[in-house]
Amino acid sequence: MDETLKKQLETTACKVRMGIIEGVYNAKSGHPGGSLSIADTLTYLYFAKLNVYPDNPDLQDRDRFVLSKGHTAPALYSVLAQKGFFPYDELKSLRHIGALLQGHPCIHIPGVDMSSGSLGQGISVACGMALSGKISGDTYKVYTVLGDGEIQEGQVWEAAMFAAHYKLDNLVAIVDNNGLQIDGCVSDVMSPYPIVDKFKAFGWHVIEMDAHDFDSIEKAFNEAETIVNQPVAIVQKSVKGKGVSFMENQCSWHGTAPNAEQYAQAMAELEETLKSLEG
Amino acid sequence: MADVIKKATRESYGEALAELGEKYENLYVLDADLAAATKTGIFKKKYPDRFFDCGIAEANMMGVAAGLAATGKIPFASSFAMFAAGRAFEIVRNSIGYPHLNVKIGATHAGISVGEDGATHQCNEDIALMRTIPGMVIINPADDVEAKAAVAAALEHVGPLYMRFGRLAAPVFNDKDTYKFELGKGVLLREGDDITIVATGLMVNEALVAADALKAEGINARVINIHTIKPIDKDIITKAAKETGIIVTVEEHSIIGGLGSAVSEVVTEAAPCKVVKIGVNDEYGHSGPAVDLLKEFGLSSDNIIKTVKETLGK
Repeated sequence: MDETLKKQLETTACKVRMGIIEGVYNAKSGHPGGSLSIADTLTYLYFAKLNVYPDNPDLQDRDRFVLSKGHTAPALYSVLAQKGFFPYDELKSLRHIGALLQGHPCIHIPGVDMSSGSLGQGISVACGMALSGKISGDTYKVYTVLGDGEIQEGQVWEAAMFAAHYKLDNLVAIVDNNGLQIDGCVSDVMSPYPIVDKFKAFGWHVIEMDAHDFDSIEKAFNEAETIVNQPVAIVQKSVKGKGVSFMENQCSWHGTAPNAEQYAQAMAELEETLKSLEG
Repeated sequence: MADVIKKATRESYGEALAELGEKYENLYVLDADLAAATKTGIFKKKYPDRFFDCGIAEANMMGVAAGLAATGKIPFASSFAMFAAGRAFEIVRNSIGYPHLNVKIGATHAGISVGEDGATHQCNEDIALMRTIPGMVIINPADDVEAKAAVAAALEHVGPLYMRFGRLAAPVFNDKDTYKFELGKGVLLREGDDITIVATGLMVNEALVAADALKAEGINARVINIHTIKPIDKDIITKAAKETGIIVTVEEHSIIGGLGSAVSEVVTEAAPCKVVKIGVNDEYGHSGPAVDLLKEFGLSSDNIIKTVKETLGK
């Protein structure tokens, strides 16, 4: 990847992480761990891949994005704020009464293509959007992000079968393999492994990616674009809580908001990262 | 008297889709391996490029329908009521209802008249389930003429909509040349001031037969057909409550959460009166010929007559 672009993306991703912490802290609830693990991927998609425009959010031939693991809405909202779909300050009223930003993605929020959050459903909707594009000969692509715990839902595999059957090569499903879910390690709770082999067996082209390395991310999404007659699954190895030292690889940060002290520490760490990137 | 033509409303559904497919190029049909039974196969034969089989995976089918609608298509997602409203309930609620997407759900094989397949496939709960979803429109047509008109009206309506069709051939009593379907409007089929029979779907014809027999005995029963269960026509029900004082509801559905409940909700607020509910009484069905099952479960003109007389103390 071009070094200038990489630096820009790393800087934006750091700001996205700050927005996630800001949102979850002010909401006093929410899901920071899985939001932080997809921050780089979402930053790449919205700043280097998707043809979406804040001044024309309903463009018919825009690429679509469905956050199937909807509980990580803070990551999506933070990226959309950075992109200019709504003011950054909206993050501070996340989950509040009367707020624009609901606890899980809602289709009425600028930039959000689909309501989601009940796990396993977003990928089906993404399949419908991809099928629709195929029918009409549109050029847009559909991206969806699933959790590694989420793929325990049977509906995911109904959708996996559907996407391969209808050769939806305009669909890319990213599986965020951070290894943790609410009750513990995914391998202990209900092992979804081997994830790569499962998607391959369902007829998907599978790419493995390092979720926190923009070179790896760019390579994976570029490869995805070359695949024909098959849907693409990108299985990304990620770190839950990535970017905030005390949240990394901690199951307890799946669905807990930081207190004032933790908030200050997290923001200080991210400020430090930002300074080193901008310096 | 000429022989009464009988036709299952699932046939009407398939035929209507095939007819409307010509005018509406944006109409797509999804099914879950039941095209031969839901009769969407009629559409499939005519427009194979606009028909997508989703396999035996109703949850995914509803999500796919949501995705099609979110990108501007008008999908008709079709299956048996048990699976469309039952199995896929939460997907319908969260992926179609909550984002208020323009998905039409065509649910066939509703009610006890599924017959021999038995309790697992006899859905007496779908109206109750669908009624709880904000913004969901529910139509339960009474015969072929009404069913076809309902499908056309569904296409014109923007937003999520659930249609209920039957497996059993039902008498066609509406005149296709003069019939007009108005979404959300009850239909006054018989005048009468002694009592009101409010019926829906397959039970409307039974109510008419009952009312005619009662008239011969000097009881003037008003008959109202409620084809749109949500939003329900409050005016026609309130007027009936005030003018006749007693309402008997008849539905091929559980007495919990269906037409009887909806009518009760209206009158308790607007014009309190006695409401007697004929329907499936909080129990499961079982195997048997549809006509025999309907009799056994009291979903017949005979039981309507009996209930009306008992209610009036005659």
